[in-house]
Amino acid sequence: MSPTNIFAADSTPADTILGLSIFVLAVTGTIFTIVFTLLAYTIVKFRRRPGDDDREPAQIYGSNQVELAWTVIPVLIVLVLFLATARVIASVQNAARPRGAISVTVIGHQFWWEYRYPDLKVVTANELHIPVSDAAHPTPTFLTLLSADTDHSFWVPRLAGKTDLIPNHPNSMWVDPHETGLFLGQCSQYCGVQHALMLLRVYVQTRDEFDRWIKQQSQAAAPMSEIASAMSQTASRGQRIFETTACVNCHTVAGTVAKGRFGPDLTHLMSRDTIASGALANTADNLRRWIRNPAAIKPGCLMPAMELSDPNLDAVTAYMETLR
Amino acid sequence: MSAEPIVLRETSAVRPPLVEMLHEWVTTVDHKRLGILYIIFALMFLILGGVEATIMRIQLIRPLNDFVSPQVFNRMFTMHGTTMIFFVAMPLVFGFGNYLVPLMIGARDMAFPRLNAFSFWMTAFGGLFLYFSFIGGDGLYGAGNAPDVGWFAYAPLTSQTFSPGHSTDFWTVALLISGFGSIGTAINLVTTIVCMRCPGMTLGRMPLLAWMNLVMGGLVILAVSPLSAAQIMLMVDRYLGGHFFDTQAGGSAVLWMHFFWVFGHPEVYVLVIPAFAFASEIIPVFSRKAIFGYPVMVAATVGIGFISMSVWAHHMFAVGMSSNSNTFFVLSTMAIAVPTGIKIFNWLGTMWGGKILFKVPMLFCVAFLFQFLIAGLTGIMQGAAPFDWQLTASYFVVAHFHYVIVGGILFTIFAAFYYWFPKASGRMYSESLGRLHFWLFVIGFHLTFDFMHIPGVLGMPRRIYTYEPGRGWDAWNLIITIGAFFQAAGILVFLYNLLWSYFHGEIAGSDPWDAWTLEWTTTSPPPAYNFATVPEVKSRRPLWDLKHPEDPDWKYE
Repeated sequence: MSPTNIFAADSTPADTILGLSIFVLAVTGTIFTIVFTLLAYTIVKFRRRPGDDDREPAQIYGSNQVELAWTVIPVLIVLVLFLATARVIASVQNAARPRGAISVTVIGHQFWWEYRYPDLKVVTANELHIPVSDAAHPTPTFLTLLSADTDHSFWVPRLAGKTDLIPNHPNSMWVDPHETGLFLGQCSQYCGVQHALMLLRVYVQTRDEFDRWIKQQSQAAAPMSEIASAMSQTASRGQRIFETTACVNCHTVAGTVAKGRFGPDLTHLMSRDTIASGALANTADNLRRWIRNPAAIKPGCLMPAMELSDPNLDAVTAYMETLR
Repeated sequence: MSAEPIVLRETSAVRPPLVEMLHEWVTTVDHKRLGILYIIFALMFLILGGVEATIMRIQLIRPLNDFVSPQVFNRMFTMHGTTMIFFVAMPLVFGFGNYLVPLMIGARDMAFPRLNAFSFWMTAFGGLFLYFSFIGGDGLYGAGNAPDVGWFAYAPLTSQTFSPGHSTDFWTVALLISGFGSIGTAINLVTTIVCMRCPGMTLGRMPLLAWMNLVMGGLVILAVSPLSAAQIMLMVDRYLGGHFFDTQAGGSAVLWMHFFWVFGHPEVYVLVIPAFAFASEIIPVFSRKAIFGYPVMVAATVGIGFISMSVWAHHMFAVGMSSNSNTFFVLSTMAIAVPTGIKIFNWLGTMWGGKILFKVPMLFCVAFLFQFLIAGLTGIMQGAAPFDWQLTASYFVVAHFHYVIVGGILFTIFAAFYYWFPKASGRMYSESLGRLHFWLFVIGFHLTFDFMHIPGVLGMPRRIYTYEPGRGWDAWNLIITIGAFFQAAGILVFLYNLLWSYFHGEIAGSDPWDAWTLEWTTTSPPPAYNFATVPEVKSRRPLWDLKHPEDPDWKYE
């Protein structure tokens, strides 16, 4: 089945919505069945038959009782639906934030996601890591949603409904996944040429795994001197190229001169499963293809092709592979 | 003495040269000719919008397809939406309103014939201007040609920063121009209905079509004005250094959303109320019964008109409004289900006990009833704000509003085409081609839009030019695309039927349906002055009174 099915809820907001959805579906399904049957009965029963005479049927202009009935009954149904809905709106939107909740600031960019953990001093991109939340240790994650450019929308159907990221209009939402695993989604507010490949990946981990991940991500990039491998010669040449071309205008590698904010933080690039906002698996070959010409993979993406020669391309790719 | 009038008659019967005919059509102020111009214009744009839809459906037929580039795909959905709403649906509705309202209220023309011509040509130039973007929009390197900001053009994507070049300007100016045309026609319809009714036609005896056009006209005036204002503000932002929607300088993207949807939601009712109007005229005639509950139908229409002005932000449940705002818009949105439900039941009451004759117009109306029922119910689902947090901006909402606009509005417009074609052309359409059109379109519609709900529930957002395999969307998208081809075939049969019947159809006579409203008292097609003598009515169904002097309506009303 689909990994983004809204009926496979796995987090309180999505669960609560699912409960309401089932109720609304039941009510509308009942209405549908009754009215459909009435309509079908009417067109079969009152159709003109070949043997009919030409006399006009009895002219009936209306009936106050009947019309009152089919006004009052819908009013009552609407009231019930409204009250049920209002309750769910309040429970999701006005939920109290418990102690120990994780804070993440999500910043939508044209065609990728930036994640900042303000309390944990971690910055990463495109792959959100959050801890699982169970009844014994509720650790929901509260997301503050910002945009660096146009409107975007954060939608991971199994965790919660969508909330838009709008520049100059901070929003918030929360999730508390009940199970570990990878949850998928994608940007669902049209944001420009590459709206389609602005994919969302949420990794839900046990608390221990999450803490280890945070610890690892909060470190700066290891200095080249510490990396003793056959690659290091090429890789350190790659680092020099990286740091002396326009790469550093947009990308950050913590602990180096690269401090750009327009593109994803690359400090721990190799700890991610994907590149290009989830569009490609993070393999050496894909990295090289991406650096050579990003527009060949995501036409319209804002990273330019840097026109590197083949040896330089190899060197920069090798450098990227050291960013663990 | 006796020879001269005969000579005159002969010269008038000779077909004038083509240039002269075209000149007559271009300079006409006759409401019937303008109505037909609106409709022909809309049909041409229907073909363009249909081609754009087909291009999108071919691109999405399988995952990771590369039939078109993302840039082209984005232009296609922007142009498709803009075209279908502003240059197909609205001109169709205005065309029928123009043609029918004066005839049905016993008037000889609209209140302001020259404003009428002006309004049509504004709309026509707006549409042509929008499409000129494909040629004239190119210029700045990398800026593209046709607009690609989506049909609701959310800020700040429309700012100079994110939309350099002129593609967005074509969108803005085209809608501004055609918006003035829409407001002109709306003022004209409202004035005509209020001031030009024939003797005896009180408001309570007006055909429902006139009532519904009155409400539609009012809604257009109230809804298109804020849209036009917003377009001007956007131009000020783009060229005069304004900051209304410029978020980098403290402007508000949400303000644009409010402006757009305060137009956008009443717009749905601008289109669907005339659809109700067609159903309310056609269903009684083919059921051979008076409309059930006329006063309640009028009240429900006016009620929908008022409530529809207060529901706009249900398009914005996911933009982060306060829980109180969300709750209010849930209530107003669900409230509109009540008058809409009343209408469905009243049509049902009209058919109940009748002798239903399933000619093509009635087939389309019956399909409309079933489809509009479903569209309304999926609307309630999305009216429940939390459910909408999952459904909005997904393919579910795309399926929902196509259910309304195609399954509801377009189906009744087809019904109206077949019903009034004999009046406008003087000839009957081909019933068998009409049935072929109906079945092709029903099959295509349901293949496309029933199945389109499913990928939405499975997490497929709208406006994506491609998707990866493994999300459970592949098979559904294939079926949706197949349905699109059935619909295209149906449209071709429909157009062929119109053309063929115009030249070869049987002569219709003035009242082929044995109907009851005033347009059927005059010849088909009606003369330029509509009625030789101004009619006088005593009830809602003047022709019923005429045909049944022993049992006239005015005894009961």
